[in-house]
Formats: sequence, structure tokens, C-alpha cells
Amino acid sequence: MARLESLSESERKTLEALECPVFSNHSWVDGLPLRQRRVAIISTAGLHKRNDRPFSFAADDAYRIIPGDINANDLVMSHISTNFDRTGFQQDWNVIFPLDRINEFREQGLVGSVADYHYSFMGASDPVSMEPKAREVAGLLLKDKVDAVLLVPV
Amino acid sequence: MEQEGIPTTQISLIRLHTEKIKPPRALWVPFELGRPLGVPNDPGFQSRVLLAALRLLEVSNGPVISDFSEDAPASNDMVTTLSCPVNLNPKIENLNDTEKLMAAFKNEISGLRSWYDLGLEKKGRTTVGASGMTPEAIGDFVSSLISGKTIENPREDIALGFSVNLAISDLKAYYSEAITAQPGQEAPSSKLISHWFWTETVASRVIHTLKETCLESEDKLLKLVGRSLLVPAEYA
Repeated sequence: MARLESLSESERKTLEALECPVFSNHSWVDGLPLRQRRVAIISTAGLHKRNDRPFSFAADDAYRIIPGDINANDLVMSHISTNFDRTGFQQDWNVIFPLDRINEFREQGLVGSVADYHYSFMGASDPVSMEPKAREVAGLLLKDKVDAVLLVPV
Repeated sequence: MEQEGIPTTQISLIRLHTEKIKPPRALWVPFELGRPLGVPNDPGFQSRVLLAALRLLEVSNGPVISDFSEDAPASNDMVTTLSCPVNLNPKIENLNDTEKLMAAFKNEISGLRSWYDLGLEKKGRTTVGASGMTPEAIGDFVSSLISGKTIENPREDIALGFSVNLAISDLKAYYSEAITAQPGQEAPSSKLISHWFWTETVASRVIHTLKETCLESEDKLLKLVGRSLLVPAEYA
């Protein structure tokens, strides 16, 4: 489990030393009740369609589009790191990309609707260099009328 | 995202980082890296995690970090070791010769093929394929690299180092999907699968050898791949 004290000493030290971006202001956007929201998933697991090009460190190529009707077998991972478990994803894509669960919530009326497109970045990239593309994705989400984003790490 | 006007909520795996970054809404979960929704094939548990994260969108002000109180359910405790009908543990002295090591490696890949295919048929899904190579082609590719032969990057759209990294990721996925296709071994813990792969397979020895090859390369990206991206820290 991802309690730092449960990791190996080298992993723990690496994570403790990792520089994190700090924001001078903390934006906050209110919205409708959850049952009326349109939800999109953004993953940092380096996910993409099977025939899409793999991730690299290129800042101008920072994200991939995941259609909302994607089949589970068409979603693969090209994250470069070897230091996280992938067997969960191999057994069930919802462990990393909970699209089935979100669609069930829609059927149950817990959320209003599910976005036509979801997105993935590759978390090993420099977060500061990803900002322009993150803002680009925000623009795409607004066009898709998304008013709730679930950010999922790996 | 929030600055652009879109409300966000997130799952947090490393609470320390979330405390530093201070995103608007975060649900810290006590799960291992690679499993943000906790556990595979447990829709009820995943739904509880997901709903807890989404409900933060209805909190009136933040930033807020909420702690998910449940630990992930334990894996199949009946599976304490993994076994494979394919002989994956040839005598160590036979593998000191590179040629014999590569031959054993290719036999191992071939030996797992039926189980992998069965797993694919049962689940209708595989995560193998991001490299664009079949496992057998990966065996040839890695053998060529280690043998010092002149090789071509199998992909035109990414650098050789990334191709190597993807090939090894696909190889590990192939092994994992094959071993978990066998009866009674469908859902072992991640630690068990990892331990099995890195201590009982010829592939693990090959990857360690490949790591050394990459470290000796003039290619900077290959050096990085060898140094940090092929072997997990725990088994380095």
C-alpha cells in the first residue's frame, strides 16, 4: 500500500525528495450536484489506444485521447516507469481507468453523464512542461461540456 | 484544470505530495502504486473509492484532502507460491553462456504461449502490445541487443531506448498474463507475481543482462533506460 513507510527505503527516499509544483493561488470552481455533472477521467498512467503512438518525454506530445466508447482490449499502457504494479491493470482496467464504474454511476443516476472523450498523460514527464497541454485539454473538456474531472494517478 | 474553470477531484496515492501541491479536492487512498482504485475485479470496492472521490466535488470549499478509510481487500490468500508446468528454472550453470541463456529465454517465451493465449481467450483482453512486437519478436530483439549485433529500431516513431523499454514492459505483461491464466492462480497478489518473475524466470536474468548492455551503450537514452527503467528498485 502507498503509505510511504511501507515502501522500500530507496523508493521512499526517492518519493520524499521528489520536487512538487506549488501554486501561488488555489483556484476553486463550484458546480451542480454530482447527479447533474458530466464527468471525464484524466489518467497519468500513460494510457492510449492500442494503435496510437506510445508516450515519450516530448512536452508537445503530452496527452492521448481516449474515446468514451473504447473497448477494454483497445487500451494499453506505455508509461516508462517500472516502479509501480501493472498486474492490477492486466486483470481489470478499472483499477487504473474506472470507465465501467463511471458508466454504472450514470445508469444509477449518481452522475449526470459521461464525457465523450477522456485523456491520459504520462506521469513521469516534467509537470511544469505539461502545463500548456493541460490547458489545451481543459479547453477540449469545456467543449465536451464536462463539469467534473476525475484525476487518477498510477 | 480548475484555473480554466473545470472542477476537479483526484485520487492521491502519495499523501505527502498532495499536501505540498494542495489541489482543490483529493481523496488519499492507502493502496499500492499502480492500483489507485484499490483492487481488480471488485466493482463494489472500486465504486466506494470512486464515489468518495467524486463526492468531494460537492464540498463547499477547499483545498480538501479526505482519507479513504478502507484498506484494499487482501489478494487470494490461498495462493502463496506460483507454479508453472513449463520448466522455468533451468540449472544456473547452463545459463552463464550467453548463447545458452538466449536459447533458454526463447524456449521460456515459447513455453508460456499456450497459457497466454488461453488467458486472452478467457478474458477477451490483453495489455501486451504497446511495443508493437509479439513476445517472440521481443525475444529476438533482446537477444540481438545483448549479442551486440547491429539492430534496427523496430519502431520509426520513437527512439530506440523507448522501444527497449516498451519491449520489456510487454514481455513482463506477457509472463504475468500467462501465469495468471493457470487454474487457481487467477488473482495472486502483485508482490507474488513480481517475486515469481524476478526470482524464478530466465527472463529476469536476461533483463539484468540487458541492463548491463544498455549501461555500456553510447546512447544516452539507452543508458537511462538501463539505469532506471528496466529493473524495479526492489530487484536491482
